[in-house]
Amino acid sequence: MSGSNGAQSTETVLKIFRGDGTTGAFKDYTVPLQPGMVVLDAVHWVQAHQASDLACRWNCKAGRCGSCSAEVNGKPRLMCMTRMDHFPPGEAITLAPMKAFPVLKDLVCDVSWNYGVNRRIPAFRPRAPEPDGTWRMQQEDIDRVQEFRKCIECFLCQDVCHVLRDHDRKDRFAGPRFLVRIAGLEMHPLDAASRTAHLKEEAGIGFCNITKCCTEVCPESIHITDNAIIPLKERVVDDFYDPLRRLWRRLRGTA
Amino acid sequence: MDRFETRTYDVLVIGAGGAGLRAAIEAAEQGVSVAVVCKSLLGKAHTVMAEGGVAAALATTDGRDSWKVHFRDTMRGGKLLNDWRMAQLLAQEAPARVRELEAWGALFDRTPDGRILQRNFGGHQYPRLAHVGDRTGLEMIRTLQDKTVQAPRIDVLMESTVARLLTENGRISGALAYRRDSGRFLLLRTKAAVLATGGIGRAYRINSNSWEYTGDGHALAYAAGADLIGMEFVQFHPTGMVWPLSVRGILVTEGVRGEGGVLKNSRGERFMFRYIPEMFRGDFADTEAEADRWVADVIAGRKAEARRPPELLTRDVVARAIAQEVREGRGSPHGGAFLDIASRRKAEDIRKKLPSMYQQFLELADVDITREPMEVFPTTHYMMGGVKVDPETQSATVPGLFAAGEVAGGLHGANRLGGNSLSDLLVFGRRAGLGAANYARGLGSEPQVDAPRVEAITAELLAPFERNGGESPYAVQESLQDLMGTYVGIARTADDLQGALAEIERLRARAGRVGVDGNRQFNPGWHTTLDLQNLLTVSEAVTRAALARRESRGAHTRVEYPDSDPQFGRVNVVVRRQGDAMTVREEPIAPMSGDLKEILEGKE
Repeated sequence: MSGSNGAQSTETVLKIFRGDGTTGAFKDYTVPLQPGMVVLDAVHWVQAHQASDLACRWNCKAGRCGSCSAEVNGKPRLMCMTRMDHFPPGEAITLAPMKAFPVLKDLVCDVSWNYGVNRRIPAFRPRAPEPDGTWRMQQEDIDRVQEFRKCIECFLCQDVCHVLRDHDRKDRFAGPRFLVRIAGLEMHPLDAASRTAHLKEEAGIGFCNITKCCTEVCPESIHITDNAIIPLKERVVDDFYDPLRRLWRRLRGTA
Repeated sequence: MDRFETRTYDVLVIGAGGAGLRAAIEAAEQGVSVAVVCKSLLGKAHTVMAEGGVAAALATTDGRDSWKVHFRDTMRGGKLLNDWRMAQLLAQEAPARVRELEAWGALFDRTPDGRILQRNFGGHQYPRLAHVGDRTGLEMIRTLQDKTVQAPRIDVLMESTVARLLTENGRISGALAYRRDSGRFLLLRTKAAVLATGGIGRAYRINSNSWEYTGDGHALAYAAGADLIGMEFVQFHPTGMVWPLSVRGILVTEGVRGEGGVLKNSRGERFMFRYIPEMFRGDFADTEAEADRWVADVIAGRKAEARRPPELLTRDVVARAIAQEVREGRGSPHGGAFLDIASRRKAEDIRKKLPSMYQQFLELADVDITREPMEVFPTTHYMMGGVKVDPETQSATVPGLFAAGEVAGGLHGANRLGGNSLSDLLVFGRRAGLGAANYARGLGSEPQVDAPRVEAITAELLAPFERNGGESPYAVQESLQDLMGTYVGIARTADDLQGALAEIERLRARAGRVGVDGNRQFNPGWHTTLDLQNLLTVSEAVTRAALARRESRGAHTRVEYPDSDPQFGRVNVVVRRQGDAMTVREEPIAPMSGDLKEILEGKE
């Protein structure tokens, strides 16, 4: 690669977390460098040559599946999309598992909590189709929902969200990933269900104070805060804090 | 058997890609209990990598399309070796399966009048692929995943690998699996099992597949005594990335060519005009001017009257052409062909229609595809061959065993058309789920699990831990991948194939001596030793079937027999286990029904 003049480094040191949920330490591995190499290649090299039991998740190696999430030099990233030449030559690179979730082993976390959150979101409920049994939708009406559906569930946004990472409020807050998913349902042109009660109570949307950390780490460049979370917050306010609507709900007995 | 976590189901689905999830949804709707067991987390299956779209004759973009044209294209793409009944079912049922996804929340790109937009693809006469930019597979997986987790009767056992199928008197009685995170064994009692494990791409070094693609379902079925057909047909996708080394093999969607991208050699020639096979000569443009008229029509959203550019020939033809250009010294700097969309479409169109490709090249290869051409070369992509199934129910030749998607054989014949795998998953995933549920409900007595057999299997699975200090399993897997790429690749000879068989035996001996470090907790080295056994089985099957087919057809090219042989056009090569030996035989294909023959000949 261009960029650095002078002597090209031919190898680099990875400091990889080895351990489980109770104990562990960073261990050094020296890895030979190749043009265009990504961090996941380096981890695979370590597995093949130095530590066959080093645990990491991966699948597509092309930024599509969102399996190889980890913290590279402290920043949440996909290892398959992080080039080794992104870092200053000669400096060790630190690899740690995502901090917001319990460690299972090495770079692998227990992310099962996320699957439980997903299951509780009220399902898609389409309005009745047109007489020919299909639906008509305009592209401009689905553009914004297609943005949300780009999500690859890497959970990097969950990892960086301070409500989950620092305050561990997994009991009250669904996290940015699932607010994006709910936005994809709420703004779906065919969907006829309402999830504002779910957003307010179970998903805990009020916990988000829009610091946009999630948007910054999203590998799919989804505008999580601006396009998903803020419009959802507005819907909750409209439904629950608008005095007329509040009265209407009381009259209908659905308060 | 207290050492096992034991669970009991009516239907066990192995694999959570499109076929597995669609099968599970259908089986659960029939009212039986269902488990899906998958090697990765839910939603990570290789289906997410499908880019171009799902082929279905919806006729929303071009009203001339119909199931009959789709059927004909599929058969011709498969060089007439397809299971014609499966090809018919695929063409007839795909539109309903796609609309069903929409009813479950999927959002496909739209036509100006608000219907599902369809894209052109290799081998399809009309624009036929419903798509979402270049991330159609992700849209499908997410839709099916959300439907699955909301179904009350489906358990999802994530990050668990099925190591063996269990049988009682020749019929399925369960499966022995291990949980990857803890290494603990999982005994799954079941009446029926649906294999939906995908393909075998990891048998080759240059491939577009994830680590999961180790031929597990092929090997499980083989070990259980099922027939495998068409194992000689491995699809090499014409356009994999070439440079830098670390991304070699990663897929470049056929959608690039569907959107007007062209292939050129180092002399700047559009070489595909020289490679149009006789069978397709009337259907493809023979001048650049005509090909350009077709692209102009497509971009403008008009019905194309010109014939299609030869870049949209079927994958087997394009892959061989690129390989030949490179072999004859007309390759790109890193040994590929140039794929150019930059000079054909506006930058903003490219970013809109091919966003993942744009990002992939920019971030991994420092190439801006809106300004420069890509370099591409064939990459191992898809397995046409697989478990022989009944076209209606997807049942294998072992009672209680079913297969759908890539692991099943027959549908695609000698070559699969792009876009047909996603419709395959939906159409035959559903049929397999239905078939398995009906079988399970009709079963009189609960099949019993053979306890001593289970004990013996667990001892086999744990043996690598006894060999601490043995060779690394990764080294053996790499040797196998190099062997298959070199001797059982795009162009094959009898000498190479015989040599490969002998070498596979040596690798099997090495695989028997590999050791692993550490303990059973999330141990990729241990998992690789077990996956390696499956890769060796499927590699042997591919090699033996390739030896048996002494002709060239579709994805299978024999250097000594460059032409298709009508005799071989009437048979499938079938692989089956007999004791410890792999047997190969030819089996005649049932004659096609008269009405389908007429469709094929274009009389309808």
